[in-house]
Amino acid sequence: MAARRITSLLSPSYAPALLRSIGHCSGKSTSITRFSTAAALEEPITPPVNIEHTKLLINGQFVDAASGKTFPTLDPRTGLLIADVAEGDAEDINRAVSAARKAFDEGPWPRMTAYERSRILLRFADLVEKHAEEIAALEAWDNGKPYEQATGDEIPLFIRLFRYYAGWADKIHGLTIQADGPHQVQTLHEPIGVAGQIIPWNFPLLMFSWKIGPALACGNTVVLKTAEQTPLSALYVAKLFHEAGLPPGVLNIVSGYGPTAGAALCSHMDVDKLSFTGSTETGKIILELAARSNLKPVTLELGGKSPFIVCEDANVDEAVELAHAALFYNQGQCCCAGSRTFVHERVYDEFIEKAKARALKRVVGDPFQKGVEQGPQVDSEQFDKILKYIRSGIDSGATLETGGQRFGSNGYYIQPTVFSNVQDDMLIATDEIFGPVQTILKFKDINEVIRRSNASPYGLAAGVFTQNLDTANTLSRALKAGTVWVNCFDVFDAAIPFGGYKMSGHGREKGVYSLNNYLQVKAVVTRLKNPAWL
Amino acid sequence: MADGKRNSHILNIKFTKLFINGDFVDSISGKTFETIDPSTEEVIAKIAEGDKEDVDLAVKAARQAFDHGSWPRIPGCERGKIMNKFADLIDENLEELAALESIDAGKVFSFEINVDIPAISKDIRYFAGAADKIHGKTLKLSSEFQGYTLSEPVGVVGLITPWNFPSAMFVLKCAPALAAGCTMIVKPAEQAPLSALYLAHLAKQAGIPDGVLNVVTGFGHTAGSAIASHMDIDCVSLTGSTKVGRLVMQAASTSNLKTVSLELGGKSPLLIFDDADVDQAADLALLGSLANKGEICVCTSRVFVQEGIYDKLVEKLVDKAKTWIVGDPFDPSTRQGPQVDKKQYEQVLSYIDQGKKEGASLLFGGKPCGGKGYYIEPTIFENVTDDMVIAKEEIFGPVMCLMKFKTIEEAIGRANATAYGLAAGIVTNDLNIANKVSRSIRAGMIWINCYHYFDPGCPFGGYKMSGFGKDHGMESIEMYLRTKSVVTPIYNSPWL
Repeated sequence: MAARRITSLLSPSYAPALLRSIGHCSGKSTSITRFSTAAALEEPITPPVNIEHTKLLINGQFVDAASGKTFPTLDPRTGLLIADVAEGDAEDINRAVSAARKAFDEGPWPRMTAYERSRILLRFADLVEKHAEEIAALEAWDNGKPYEQATGDEIPLFIRLFRYYAGWADKIHGLTIQADGPHQVQTLHEPIGVAGQIIPWNFPLLMFSWKIGPALACGNTVVLKTAEQTPLSALYVAKLFHEAGLPPGVLNIVSGYGPTAGAALCSHMDVDKLSFTGSTETGKIILELAARSNLKPVTLELGGKSPFIVCEDANVDEAVELAHAALFYNQGQCCCAGSRTFVHERVYDEFIEKAKARALKRVVGDPFQKGVEQGPQVDSEQFDKILKYIRSGIDSGATLETGGQRFGSNGYYIQPTVFSNVQDDMLIATDEIFGPVQTILKFKDINEVIRRSNASPYGLAAGVFTQNLDTANTLSRALKAGTVWVNCFDVFDAAIPFGGYKMSGHGREKGVYSLNNYLQVKAVVTRLKNPAWL
Repeated sequence: MADGKRNSHILNIKFTKLFINGDFVDSISGKTFETIDPSTEEVIAKIAEGDKEDVDLAVKAARQAFDHGSWPRIPGCERGKIMNKFADLIDENLEELAALESIDAGKVFSFEINVDIPAISKDIRYFAGAADKIHGKTLKLSSEFQGYTLSEPVGVVGLITPWNFPSAMFVLKCAPALAAGCTMIVKPAEQAPLSALYLAHLAKQAGIPDGVLNVVTGFGHTAGSAIASHMDIDCVSLTGSTKVGRLVMQAASTSNLKTVSLELGGKSPLLIFDDADVDQAADLALLGSLANKGEICVCTSRVFVQEGIYDKLVEKLVDKAKTWIVGDPFDPSTRQGPQVDKKQYEQVLSYIDQGKKEGASLLFGGKPCGGKGYYIEPTIFENVTDDMVIAKEEIFGPVMCLMKFKTIEEAIGRANATAYGLAAGIVTNDLNIANKVSRSIRAGMIWINCYHYFDPGCPFGGYKMSGFGKDHGMESIEMYLRTKSVVTPIYNSPWL
């Protein structure tokens, strides 16, 4: 299985945060290297955190893999070792599932009151808040994302997510239903059981929260497989979760690879539910493994090639800034990245000029350096893949406006890259690049842009930039995508559902909708004798 | 009586003034009223007596906070965070709040510590978690229009709470209103105003902005009436008697047609069927009738017992009633404290007299007890007929009326023959009886083989003259929201 290609993407951030930066993005420290100067990076900054947990978490204990094997997790700034991490395989998955099964069948978690569960979730959120800086440091170190992004956007969203689902725990209500005859009908919303969850490396903690928050609020138990590129932060927060009062066996974490640990989890006969965020390619394999084993239901949040549509009436400066953020956020490693920037012909030339200028100003550097907007890509495989797409863009005749090469000589940094004159059939316009490569396409009228936007196997998200109400309404309804952001992008409130149309996946995460992923509905029908009414 | 225990809880009463716009202030008139400890008949404290002008000030503060303040404008999750902090502060001050309730309202201290006060922080946490889950709908319309609803806070709300569960009622009303983003004026009952002021202080400490939560202590015909008829209050919610409910609704209709939610009186039946477990049935009947000295709107003041189990049940009831200890609320063995005040005490005793005069047989109790304080013995009447005053009117004291029945249909008919419809209890293990009776009784809450179980997730409110509107549950937030529909034409939509 293509574990190394688990290229999921999600890009949480507050739009207001993005909008705030409009117009003064260059006001940061002048000592920072802009990518165009391509100065050599200095020695990597030492992250302010110690690595404490590298083992598997099974039944509340940190344990070695059954095989005793480990794998290295590398620093994307240098390609050098951060730590050796226990490498889980099928046998470890078996142990974890059996712990989760016992915790579900016999343990207190699904049996305690929802109020008690919500208190534990709230305490966990408080503990994460208390340790926010170390957790953010782990996240930035392992993934390469800017530390300020982790502390400013991601940890607050993580905490928010858990508080949000803590509030749902005691509000999971079924229905009573009017029957056709003398029957009393009620639906019980019951936890589904043991959930297997597989999360990607681009937002390790956020994806942890999207999966674990609703699953635990509903009373399930979980076996989580983290991405092998970024196993560290989940282990750290899981420790805090147990401090908050989570009973052993409720949350088990197996670090390891997709073809081994991931596949074992997906084919396990005693896992009742799967939830995966990653590439469309891997999503297909997961769905197949679920079908071949015990027909467990699957939630999939997969790839995208999301259009960002700049209409003729748009304020070009704002549109440029937002389109820039929509693509480059998190080194372009977002499943919902606005990776096809459609610009109306009347503003096209101005847009290109400004988009290029903005990319040139993007601050690339050590994620722990203040003011840095872009760190390295997560690993060498991603790095190579992106450079290959850039070459393909050049070869296919797109205009390289800026960037196009690695940044510096060490680690996996890539220059912010902008292509114009991109045609719909070029690989850079059809494939998910998952890197800092903006592809700009020109359009003439709204029906054309609707057709071209929808001409993709993906349907994860879309951005619409216009001041015209009718245009906004028409596009919102016509675009086949799970999220349409109008005059904003990457707004990821806990309450807003997220998920894809078409080959971008199944189901929705976040919001009330995500509870459905982790609940069974049981209808209880009782015959009524001479009821007063039906 | 355990005087030592009591003395250790006699507090320095910290808050006795009106709470307006974040400050404790005297009433404009400078007047005060006394709040009395019903266990000792002694004055606990002098409380600022709010009147119309004070309500005006409070409304002005609430209006300002609603129209220009942060509370309705911050995200629901921020409100939730502050409310969670409020709940934490209640937990931290559990003993003091519990003691205030016991001193001011004669409530059993151990119950306050273990049940009542923990339940209010739980309530607040429930609604804290609801504050970010207020959703409108997008609408399927029947032609080329796009529509959606916005759920907006209603504005300034007036909350009038009773004396029987001062803290719980305060929170029951405030928590959903706070979650919705409203600002409010609370008028607690003049018999037991202390905990409301204490809670207001904790709310401020938690970060609820000034003007959002105001407390005007005072009397119903002055302060209460000013709230109900105020032209700048958008919604009024009362828990109290049916008589006062009528006045509030009238005042609302003759002033600005503010929306009204009423949780009023009851004469709730408990139906015990032949197949019931006698022990359990007796326990539930006692709990239903005597808990909180019968000062509960849902108390089971009519206990209908099927003839096959009647004699066994009566025997058990009397046995168990003997162990029902009346005494100082601070004594851990006490199950029943004093009635809240002299007026209630005398009214309950006069109902007991009335029962005797009308020919009901006094099976147990029936007399005042203790040297001082408003204590009344647990009282059980049998041979009560449906037309007796004690079977029709709300006594609001520790008085159980036993009535015998033969068939399910008869029990249902008699149970429903009341102007009230607040709650009902059913004791049976027969599934068909349980289902049939629960659907047949016209009441807002049915407890089967349990009683007095309240939960923040479970909506509560009456049928018929027991009121309308719900407290608890997501339904209760609806009272503090207005729905706005937004409609706009759409062109060339690929679907409708």
